Amino acid sequence: MFLPTLIFVPSLTALAVLVCKGLKQVRVVALAGSLVQLVLSLLLFVQYRQERNAGNDAQWLWEWDYTWFEPLHINFRVGVDGISIAMILLTAFVVAAGVLVSWTMEKLSKEFFFLLIFLGMGAYGFFISLDLFTLFFFLEVAVIPKFLLIGIWGSGKKEYSAMKLALMLMGGSALVLVGVLGIYFNSDIGNGQHSFDLVAIAQTGISPQAQNIFFPFAFAGFGIFTALFPFHTWVPDGHSSAPTAASMFLAGISMKLGGYGCLRVATYLMPEGAQTYAWIIILLATIAILYGAFATMMQTDLKYINAYSSVSHCGFVLLGIGMLTQISITGAVLQMVSHGLMTALFFAAIGMIYERTHTRMVAQLGGLLKVMPFISTVFVIAGLCSLGLPGLSGFVAEMTVFVGSWQNADTWYRVATILACASIVVTAVYILRATGKAIMGPMSNAYDNLADARWNEKLAAGILVIGILAMGIAPFWIQDLVKPGTESIVQRLLGF
Amino acid sequence: MLSNFFLLMKHELIIAVILFLLVIIKLGKERDQAGLLSLVNVLLLINLVAGLLFNKEGSLFNDMFRNSSLAALQKNMLNLGTLIISLQSYGWLKRHAHALEFYMLLLSTLLGMFFMISSGNLMMFYLGLELSTIPLAAMANFDLEKRRSSEAAMKFIISSAFSSGLLLFGISLVYGTTGTLNFAEMSPLLNGSPLQIFAFILLVSGFAFKISVVPFHLWTADVYEGAPVAVTSYLSVISKGAVLFVFVSVLYTVFKPLAGSWYNMLYLLSVLTIIIGNLFAIRQNNIKRFLAFSSIAQVGFILVGITGSSLEGSSSVIYFILIYIFSNLAAFGVVSVVSDVTGREAISDYKGFYKTNPVLTWILTIALFSLAGVPPTAGFFGKLFLLMSGAGTGNYVLVTIAALNMVISLYYYLRIVKIMFMDENENPMARVPIPVLPQLAMGICILGIISTGFIRPLYDYIYSLGIGF
Repeated sequence: MFLPTLIFVPSLTALAVLVCKGLKQVRVVALAGSLVQLVLSLLLFVQYRQERNAGNDAQWLWEWDYTWFEPLHINFRVGVDGISIAMILLTAFVVAAGVLVSWTMEKLSKEFFFLLIFLGMGAYGFFISLDLFTLFFFLEVAVIPKFLLIGIWGSGKKEYSAMKLALMLMGGSALVLVGVLGIYFNSDIGNGQHSFDLVAIAQTGISPQAQNIFFPFAFAGFGIFTALFPFHTWVPDGHSSAPTAASMFLAGISMKLGGYGCLRVATYLMPEGAQTYAWIIILLATIAILYGAFATMMQTDLKYINAYSSVSHCGFVLLGIGMLTQISITGAVLQMVSHGLMTALFFAAIGMIYERTHTRMVAQLGGLLKVMPFISTVFVIAGLCSLGLPGLSGFVAEMTVFVGSWQNADTWYRVATILACASIVVTAVYILRATGKAIMGPMSNAYDNLADARWNEKLAAGILVIGILAMGIAPFWIQDLVKPGTESIVQRLLGF
Repeated sequence: MLSNFFLLMKHELIIAVILFLLVIIKLGKERDQAGLLSLVNVLLLINLVAGLLFNKEGSLFNDMFRNSSLAALQKNMLNLGTLIISLQSYGWLKRHAHALEFYMLLLSTLLGMFFMISSGNLMMFYLGLELSTIPLAAMANFDLEKRRSSEAAMKFIISSAFSSGLLLFGISLVYGTTGTLNFAEMSPLLNGSPLQIFAFILLVSGFAFKISVVPFHLWTADVYEGAPVAVTSYLSVISKGAVLFVFVSVLYTVFKPLAGSWYNMLYLLSVLTIIIGNLFAIRQNNIKRFLAFSSIAQVGFILVGITGSSLEGSSSVIYFILIYIFSNLAAFGVVSVVSDVTGREAISDYKGFYKTNPVLTWILTIALFSLAGVPPTAGFFGKLFLLMSGAGTGNYVLVTIAALNMVISLYYYLRIVKIMFMDENENPMARVPIPVLPQLAMGICILGIISTGFIRPLYDYIYSLGIGF
């Protein structure tokens, strides 16, 4: 497959949106573009399996290289392995669902869909990049649209949240920039030449001293994107002020940029650095998991509940990475995909409820199952996935993380694992409490005449539920998918 | 021989011819103002195109005047910027009684900058610098009926006279220690003796005044605020750009033997400039003052690039200035059109701007994103290459400071974006009509901002002309 297509399709869609007139044209074009992209991603997945079954065990498939700034050794270089494909699939699912959820966005619809698609483009570009410069470029491309999406179409204290999010994420990417420049100037691909090329750097490696200096920059920088404690504070504000589709994108896609970056750039290129700082990562991740879970218990707003629980769930991603075993890293990748689908679904359901009842306060809701059975069911599925019910994706991912973490025999690491496991109980408390009050319980009369989901909302939820079930019921396909990728990372960690 | 002379001094001669043409037109009978302005713009376009053709390297008048491909590139960039400014100040000049005089002054300064860029001798350099500075003071005073404008001119002339004094003192000391004013002869004689270092500090201070590096920046904001928008944009882009070009070449070639001393000096100056520029930009309420402080911070980033002192160093600076011309002029273009029609220059006036002027808002937004260094705009590449050049020396402290300051700068650029898009305003500014020529100017700028990073040969060409060691 010609990988730049994955960037061209969203770019063309975004341009086409700009020339459209009116909401009707805009949304049709945006949906068509994102469905084409979804089909392309599935096709990519199928072709990947065919290649692997045919015995192609190259680390990167469909590599493509274009010289960008030759004197500086900057190339536009792309290629995928299983981890990238998992992320691309996730992005395609969330983008399609996000466009469908925003079907009736009347306010400045053209700008809204343009920014959504543009943000998606940044994510696709990020996941297929094999060159640190290109990767960084797309990372930043995916930041600024969020500022506008939250600030213009958001609710509540939207300007504050938008600014906080943009500055914190840009701060993260500033750290990443220093890390990337450090990697570049410490790389040596022969004749004293430096390189941004991820593959070449992985082959030649960089010195342990440099790794110890620049690993924290890169990891913390990407970590801010994925709610690394104590840089998680943009998450609750950002998610709760954003419009529904933007919340879905934030939780489903952009927090994953960070996790992927931690894995691909920080851990893969600087394995010694990762080993040196693993205990700090685990400490911070455990704090995030517990703190996130307990903070969620205190929330009364559905969006805040989901946002804080995201902090907790993304903690599992970082925990999995910090444990540095093959299974735990696989678990981290699975958790990224699972969390992306699940929170996107959760935010979609919350958005639908809010649109009808005009409140997100748990205390004011009640008995929604009677008037809107479809939306309520979706809400319950998302909730159960979040608390890790077997059969849904959350269980598979968290289980893998725990199994992988337990393999680490260090006492303190095991304590961390046990604490992380214990947080599931807290998760169950807040999810069941919110569900019980809002979905079951006595119904307020004011909600008698509310309508259930429309076709576009059903389709959006359907797409995400399919993803969750596919991962939950038959997890082996995605484990097979990411296995070669995680193996290559672990091999570097073990020093082969 | 004669053709040699004409080709080498091509840029300067064309400007001089245009100047004389304007004088003749001025002496003739009254003409239609709009037609006259179009004629001048056509002449500037011819100037730009002619500058791109038939380039030749060599020197004249005993090495007083040197032309190289690099100098030609720099002159062409300045020509481009001047044309853009001329196009976007059409609305203001059309109503101005002395439009032609404005162009005469403008072209004189441009001529001075060209001589300065091509100078091979400190005397020649000083001559060019003065020729480019003194008419600028008259230009700053060009809103004849406004007091602020003449105040700006006064401040400008005093501070530039002071900086010229410093420069001259430095030049005389350099002459005293080396016995020559010729760049090529001077370089090997520089040995870092205390007197030479002192002379060098004076020279750098003189330069620092012109490019408003902290702590020599105090004149900047007041002059930018008081001067007419066209002059402000000319000061912040063209005049600064020209001095920066010379600064880089002088540091990298003539003062190469003193590299150890100027590295530390630039390190300190760049950190100061970025931080102070950023902190003051946050608090501004007038959009021209705001752009003044933002441009101070930008110069700080350029200094980070200069510290690299490698091929990447000079090429990233030139590349950045090219991008800076596009981005800053796009921002000034919007400010100029708005201030021309409504007379409003406060940032709070832009509240709810998007509702009435979506196109102008997007242009300003893209320009600000480019200044902030947000991809996919060209500013991203410009900033990144400057930081890369700075990181090349292994000074990651400087790079970290600069990178974190990019976040601070993002805050104040986003603040403007927020005000335009998100703030409610009961009576926002009415729809501002954009005349054709300013439209053209903004079109060029936006095209430049979007495409510069993706045109591969451009950077390759700049890099191939790079100087460094």
